[in-house]
Amino acid sequence: MSVFKYEKDQDGIVTITMDMTGPVNAVNEEFEGVMSETVARLEDESDLSGVVFASAKQTFFAGGDLNVILAMQPGQEKEVFDNVEKLKDMFRRLEKLPVPVVAAINGAALGGGFELCLSCNHRIAWEDKSVEIGLPEVQLGLMPGAGGVVRLTHLLGLQGALPFLLEAKKVRGAKAKEVGFVHETVAELEQLVPRAKAWILENKDDPQASIQPWDSKGHKIPGGNIMNPKIAQVALVAPQMLRQKARGLMPAPESILETAVEAITSGFDAAQRVESRKFAALATSPQAKNMISTLFFQLNEVNAGSSRPQGIDTSKVKKVGVIGAGMMGQGIAYVAAKVGIEVVLKDMSMEAAEKGKAYSEKLLDKAISRGRSDETKKAQLLNLIHPTDKNEDLAGCDLVVEAVFEDMGLKHKITKDLEPQLADGGVWASNTSSLPITQLAEASDKPENFIGLHFFSPVDKMPLVEIICGDKTSDETLAKGFDFVQQIKKTPIVVNDKVGFFTGRAFAAQLNEAAQMLSDGIDPIRIDNLGKAVGMPIGPLAINDEVSLSLLVKVRKAHLESGLIKLEDDKYPEAWALRETLVHEYNRGGRYHGDGGYFDYTDEGKVLWPKLREMYFKPEVNEAVDNQDIKDRLLFSCVIETLNCLEEGVLRTVADANIGSIFGIGAPPWTGGYLQFINTYGLERFINRCDELSERYGDRFKAPAMVAEKLAAGELFN
Amino acid sequence: MTNHVYIYDAVRTPRSKGKKDGALHEVKPIELGAGLFRELQKRHDLDTAYVDDVMMGCTAPVGEQGANVAKTITDFAGWDNSIPAVQMDRYCASSLDAVNSAAQNILSGWNSLIVAGGVESMSRIPMGTAGGAFLMDPEFVMKKTSVPQGVAADMVATMGGWSREDMDAYALQSQQRAAHALENGYFDQSVVPVVDQNGMTILAKDDFVKPDTTLEKLASLKPSFELMGSMGMDDHLLQKYPHIAEIDHVHTPGNSSGIVDGASAVLLGSEQAGKDLGLTPRGRILAGAVTSTDPSLIFLGPAPAAERCLKIAGLKPSDIDLWEINEAFASAVLRYMKDLDISPEITNVNGGAIALGHPLGATGAMLVSTMLDELERTGKKRAMLSLCAAGGIGISTLIERV
Repeated sequence: MSVFKYEKDQDGIVTITMDMTGPVNAVNEEFEGVMSETVARLEDESDLSGVVFASAKQTFFAGGDLNVILAMQPGQEKEVFDNVEKLKDMFRRLEKLPVPVVAAINGAALGGGFELCLSCNHRIAWEDKSVEIGLPEVQLGLMPGAGGVVRLTHLLGLQGALPFLLEAKKVRGAKAKEVGFVHETVAELEQLVPRAKAWILENKDDPQASIQPWDSKGHKIPGGNIMNPKIAQVALVAPQMLRQKARGLMPAPESILETAVEAITSGFDAAQRVESRKFAALATSPQAKNMISTLFFQLNEVNAGSSRPQGIDTSKVKKVGVIGAGMMGQGIAYVAAKVGIEVVLKDMSMEAAEKGKAYSEKLLDKAISRGRSDETKKAQLLNLIHPTDKNEDLAGCDLVVEAVFEDMGLKHKITKDLEPQLADGGVWASNTSSLPITQLAEASDKPENFIGLHFFSPVDKMPLVEIICGDKTSDETLAKGFDFVQQIKKTPIVVNDKVGFFTGRAFAAQLNEAAQMLSDGIDPIRIDNLGKAVGMPIGPLAINDEVSLSLLVKVRKAHLESGLIKLEDDKYPEAWALRETLVHEYNRGGRYHGDGGYFDYTDEGKVLWPKLREMYFKPEVNEAVDNQDIKDRLLFSCVIETLNCLEEGVLRTVADANIGSIFGIGAPPWTGGYLQFINTYGLERFINRCDELSERYGDRFKAPAMVAEKLAAGELFN
Repeated sequence: MTNHVYIYDAVRTPRSKGKKDGALHEVKPIELGAGLFRELQKRHDLDTAYVDDVMMGCTAPVGEQGANVAKTITDFAGWDNSIPAVQMDRYCASSLDAVNSAAQNILSGWNSLIVAGGVESMSRIPMGTAGGAFLMDPEFVMKKTSVPQGVAADMVATMGGWSREDMDAYALQSQQRAAHALENGYFDQSVVPVVDQNGMTILAKDDFVKPDTTLEKLASLKPSFELMGSMGMDDHLLQKYPHIAEIDHVHTPGNSSGIVDGASAVLLGSEQAGKDLGLTPRGRILAGAVTSTDPSLIFLGPAPAAERCLKIAGLKPSDIDLWEINEAFASAVLRYMKDLDISPEITNVNGGAIALGHPLGATGAMLVSTMLDELERTGKKRAMLSLCAAGGIGISTLIERV
């Protein structure tokens, strides 16, 4: 029996129920075979009055097979092109059938799934939360290749289609109808196919019902084509805005924009071919490989618990204690209460604790003003947060997250004082960003129940939590920590214990390298702009101002004094000397500390602190260093530090490194994370480039040995 | 074969605001051009059958300026059927390019008498009507860091360290010099009044100049390209020049060239042509050059083009008495003077497009008449004419009074 159930009823309507091998319907070899048979059979069918496409799966259709796309290498563009052209041909023949074709959308129709729907004359969706419709390919460095860009542009016009194509916006239910993705919706799943058939019968005398808008006589693209001055204006501004946003690092949105403009410029079939050509180029691009590997496969792995110990039952936290109602504590309280966890928010004074709770209120008021929450939800959430200054209020917490200042002594004292309040088998977590968990756990009676949960600021926005296992942390405690992170809807990565853990070290690398370059004599404006050119969210000097120069100097001093780090291991002595000069001699502690940092901050924005150039800028050095070197110094310093973490066993998996770097510390998504970057850059090329950089700028750029080992073994960082 | 190209005459229309309330808005582009042709014919009792070709610049060759407007102008003027005529487009360099190309043609000996010029009715065919991949094709825009010229002009000012005050001071000088020239009739020899079919005058003199301009008034104008810049264009352009922190938006309608309507025509020929027709040469073309530079910055081309002219003619900068650089934007002029190390005293002595307006495809050939008149008035010898154009193009022509 075919995986496409083909049933013709007495009205001459054929219903195709897709039920492919595997959990979902998808574009793959099986699909090509069965779809091509089906289209041919429909073309030959006698007394046909209409066609309904339906799905026997929970999703309608899942789109392309990413494994296939991931395997396509440069040089195979023709193969990719031929494949999508074949698909397009089937879709084109489907929409050119002399009878109406209706998509009965019972579940998610994303990517290729929605492209199939767009090739139907009429689209009806079930009004259910699960029925998400959209073209999210851009998020994985791809674009719709089965006619999606061209058809959506013809359907909605350039201005209407671009947000869905460039921002991967998905819609459901009434919204899907409102924006024109579907023509109608039904409330009950059972109504779906009958309604599809009814529509065919209602329209059996309307010849237009079987003709797509773009094939209709006198078809006008909504808003007009490229000759329309208003649309020309859109075409003029869109690439400028895209370049501002994506900085030329993302070929996918660029190809989408180019194809959409082509769709309003040339004929339908020609534009479709252009779409195939651009898809072929994208599918083989390093950026797509990086993004698919990390943001699809590895993210799925991480979310499925690949770093969570096996064989331990999933746990849920009912009551969490948060100690310290400062910036981090108040954010942790909010995200926990948001998923219904009871929160005890403790600080030294009731006033401070209340202030921490007020943060949640502020966030909720903002959400309400944007229509994303309501007063009831707000009351419910706030009800869950109990501010207190009393230790005993923590009694019975199954998890305590300590989020006080980064001071070993202070943290030890709090652990000793408050640990007894934990429920039996409760977990004690420290939200430290740098102090070793093993040492923190020395104050604990149950170091096996002690773990690090490193949150990122602002907690309500940042999707990552870095889980740190101390020497004695038990598997059970790790599993509990992991489950909690997922419970609050964040992505957990798991690392081993060493100063700075993973994210702190990789993040600091670019800040240190930037300071080093300043000290070398390179133009600070160039450094920041080229950091952005690599894809860093803001320039490394500006970021350093945000996180504060004085804090870095202070923490380093404390680490040196406590012996956590040694002066002779320092890879950036000049960088630190420069920072210390700025902080101690000129009171340049950062944006919020002292008189500003590398930049001066005014209401008008930021301008470079003039003295910085005076003291450090050396035109001859600056001119001798080319842009690519500066870009690579910033990017490679992070990549090399990530490799060091892997080599030292701080990182346990490649997936955690990649996901952690993108979700936690602003690694450019096009790299696929700091390890995946090496895979598509090429291991040998990476080693050679490291050699060049180390020759010019110092031994810290030598590629760690494991790159050569992987290369020799013919392996990638997977 | 002759080895000189003579300028027998150079004329232009007055320039007027290139909007619906401009004095020349009611005049069709073919009439703007044809009026000049009829004047040339009348002044020199010209046997138009002797004219080998007509070359006319136009940067928006669509609509009524489309489909080879040079030929329709030639026909409309009633000139001989034997003249083939061609419209040329090298953006703002178009009509000076027509002059240079005509000169090359004549030097080759294949042709001996050509009218070169340009026409642009910016009020009837607004800027941008012709589209063009350089701002309309996203693939080109993103690959080549292509931004609108105003944003690039602001970048050139930022790179040069020139402030808004510098721009406005230059603009004021352009207005004062143009007003002085206009008042004293310096343009009268070349400017041909535009008349209607009854012979009634529609516009006799340039009316775009604003003699009452003051620094205060200039300072009160809003930057023209700040909004555009904030829509991504600043960041896009900055990506190519990472040593620049931000673009200072210094150009305003007051220190940028004016949008106007106008046409120009230069009668160029060999020595023999002059003898045959009894024409007296006014000047000659010593050299012409067109080149191109960084297309994202647009305005850097004129200086290297001028240097090439000097090289071709075997002359030094000090051999040039007057310099004329089209005032597309104030920063383009300051950049030209800086690149060539020339004095403002001898540059754009009668003002320029900031005061008089810049009818894109017609401006280049207008500079020929302006400079020729000035050389004759002052008894000076040589003038260098230059324009910047889209795509980083720079063009120059070196002329000498005879």
